[in-house]
Amino acid sequence: MIKTAEALNKWKQTLINERAYRLELKICAGTSCISSDADLIVEMFEKKVAEHGLNCEIEVVKTGCFGFCGQGPILKIEPDNVTYVRVKLADVETIFNEHLLNGRKVYDLMYKNRDDEDPAESEAGMAFYQKQLRIALRNCGEINPEKIEDYVRNDGYKALADVLEQNDPEALIKTMRDSGLRGRGGGGFPTGLKWQFTRASKSDEKYVICNADEGDPGAFMDRSILEGDPHSVIEAMIINGFAIGASNGLIYIRAEYGLATRRLFTALQQARDKGLLGENILGSGFDFDIEVKLGAGAFVCGEETALIHSMEGHRGEPTTKPPFPSEVGFRGKPSNVNNVETYANIPEILNKGAEWFKSIGTRHSNGTKVFALAGNIRNIGLVEVPMGTTFEEIIYDIGGGIPGGKDIKAVQIGGPSGGVITKDKLDTPIDYDSLQEVGAMMGSGGMIIMDEDTDMVEISKFYLDFTQDESCGKCTPCRIGTKRMFEILERLTDMEGTPYDLELLETLSKNVQSASLCGLGQSAPNPVLSTMKFYRNEYEDYAYRRKKTAYSIDPEKCIGCTKCKRVCPVDCIDGKVREVHVITESKCIACGACYDACPVDAIVRP
Amino acid sequence: MKETVTDIKDLDKELLGKLDEHIATLDLTRKEESLIPTLYKAQELFGYLPHNLQWHIARQLDLPSAHVNGVVTFYSFFSEEPMGKYTISVCMGTACFVKGADKVLDKILKLTGTQPNEMSEDGLFTVKDVRCIGACGLAPVLTINEKVYGNVTPDDMDEIIESYRKGAADDKDS
Repeated sequence: MIKTAEALNKWKQTLINERAYRLELKICAGTSCISSDADLIVEMFEKKVAEHGLNCEIEVVKTGCFGFCGQGPILKIEPDNVTYVRVKLADVETIFNEHLLNGRKVYDLMYKNRDDEDPAESEAGMAFYQKQLRIALRNCGEINPEKIEDYVRNDGYKALADVLEQNDPEALIKTMRDSGLRGRGGGGFPTGLKWQFTRASKSDEKYVICNADEGDPGAFMDRSILEGDPHSVIEAMIINGFAIGASNGLIYIRAEYGLATRRLFTALQQARDKGLLGENILGSGFDFDIEVKLGAGAFVCGEETALIHSMEGHRGEPTTKPPFPSEVGFRGKPSNVNNVETYANIPEILNKGAEWFKSIGTRHSNGTKVFALAGNIRNIGLVEVPMGTTFEEIIYDIGGGIPGGKDIKAVQIGGPSGGVITKDKLDTPIDYDSLQEVGAMMGSGGMIIMDEDTDMVEISKFYLDFTQDESCGKCTPCRIGTKRMFEILERLTDMEGTPYDLELLETLSKNVQSASLCGLGQSAPNPVLSTMKFYRNEYEDYAYRRKKTAYSIDPEKCIGCTKCKRVCPVDCIDGKVREVHVITESKCIACGACYDACPVDAIVRP
Repeated sequence: MKETVTDIKDLDKELLGKLDEHIATLDLTRKEESLIPTLYKAQELFGYLPHNLQWHIARQLDLPSAHVNGVVTFYSFFSEEPMGKYTISVCMGTACFVKGADKVLDKILKLTGTQPNEMSEDGLFTVKDVRCIGACGLAPVLTINEKVYGNVTPDDMDEIIESYRKGAADDKDS
């Protein structure tokens, strides 16, 4: 049990001094790497180390996500500062014998920014990391998330100790306001202000709630933080509780996030065992404990009032605001709901000061934002960049550009609630206000890169299919509106639409936007309106039924090699060897497999 | 319409006893908050939540059965239909489809002798076709419970399905 701030500091010093390993082997054990056998790799290294009697010299650490998921499993060796990518089970032997035993680096397993370049030894040489600044993800990939000792060694719980020692909640809230931190869950409401409102609400009981119900398709930053650094969220929640005068915290987490939930439970127990959570924290007389509530699979529960109803054991349906949760929340008491990424920033802000945080980013958007980078991009993964970084920098410097020599068409940001950034606006700085100006929104952090082949109507349909499915059904505009919108889009892509459908779709979108009860419905038409604004011609091609949906073959160019015929998944290409091939257009699903297979560019795209 | 089973006598007594034991440990002063954890436990024990089980839970927690049914049907995690021990989710996103996910699905259905979203007769498998699971680099991709299988072909399925059959048989023996 740690009873004072001084004892915490002493423990930290002991932990730093005790670290006497010659080498540390850090292996990513995030969900993505585990699906590529990272677990087995860890086991094999542990076995090897034990076999050679090197337990005192080499430590094998299972860390959280490094972010570079497209290159996983990733392995880092310190203090040599070497990173290996795409490590396979068969490589364990090589790395162990060459690097760990003999100190010879294995260049074949290093990352190359470009095929013709020399391999990059460490993260510093990898373009993926060069423009990143990791604050919320500072410990992900650095520490073992299942060990509180690792967290404490990296200044963990120091912010909490300082806050309790100063014993001045008003000053704490002022620091939060001065830092300019805004909610990272999508809305972007100033965090300090939210805390102040909840503090001002008079009540015998208040609640601190962590929203870990991350549900956007393609977004996984909250999962990575909880998997890689659960203690930072716990520490921030305790600080939050102290600031608003609450002694109960709740974490609402998606049931699908099994690994994150398990690590969270481990971390909570460790914090309790050390006296950092529970009664009389660090001898300050302040009590605070945290309970985990499992979600049961409903996207709308990311909306705070719906989330609160779900925790109370009801259907997760939203209610109108006001009253805001800061006045009437969980069990009817004032509640402060913050998102995982917002929390992960807080201990670092308090350790380094509001001024430091304010100096990062742009005027009205301070600090950094984590994005899940996916779609038609070379480097898929999790990136954290200062606010104000442009899309260009993320796509070309960090993301490595578009694969296959293709051109970019647009970026989708904010998931089912967001919009598209067109190719000519890629120099837009990413911050709350600039994004709103170009008709998109920050959202929770999904960023999908789309190349020139992307069909924007299909993209809208994809998001609408998601929202109409996830609409909770409480209010009519969202329940019926999104369904009808999806049907119109289906009609269009099935080539059964009319020009009138476009008018209908636009009117309906605006009605759903203005009449829906909660954020889900209000933002559901965004993907449609934003793509209609910039790519209206694509909608018209469908509406006027002039869109060509099948591939065809240029008879002048075809050499009859049969390659296209062999790859066609629906067998719609006919032709004999050395004769011109023909595509039956009614059967073609426009998958593009033949286009990629043709050696002489004879396939004509729709 | 499907006939609704409402008689609690049809439920397994032993499992029901375990569920009641679990309910006894809950703080029932906030009975509504106990509902979702109870449903989790019940689904873990029974594999799914038939109507008679929902009635039983409603009585035990002293809640209207309409409330219980409302919650069960709201969340996608809860199922009113029996589920196999292993849920096979085959991704039918565009990337997977063009790489032959439909053929993989057909093969799985043949091997397990089921239709999509129905449990196989031996109670081992439920096969689902799902929307993009975001692992397009591994297309065609499927998940069995939490394990991800990437770049699968119809021929791979014989071995994979057999390994689960064998695993289930070993579990039973031990």
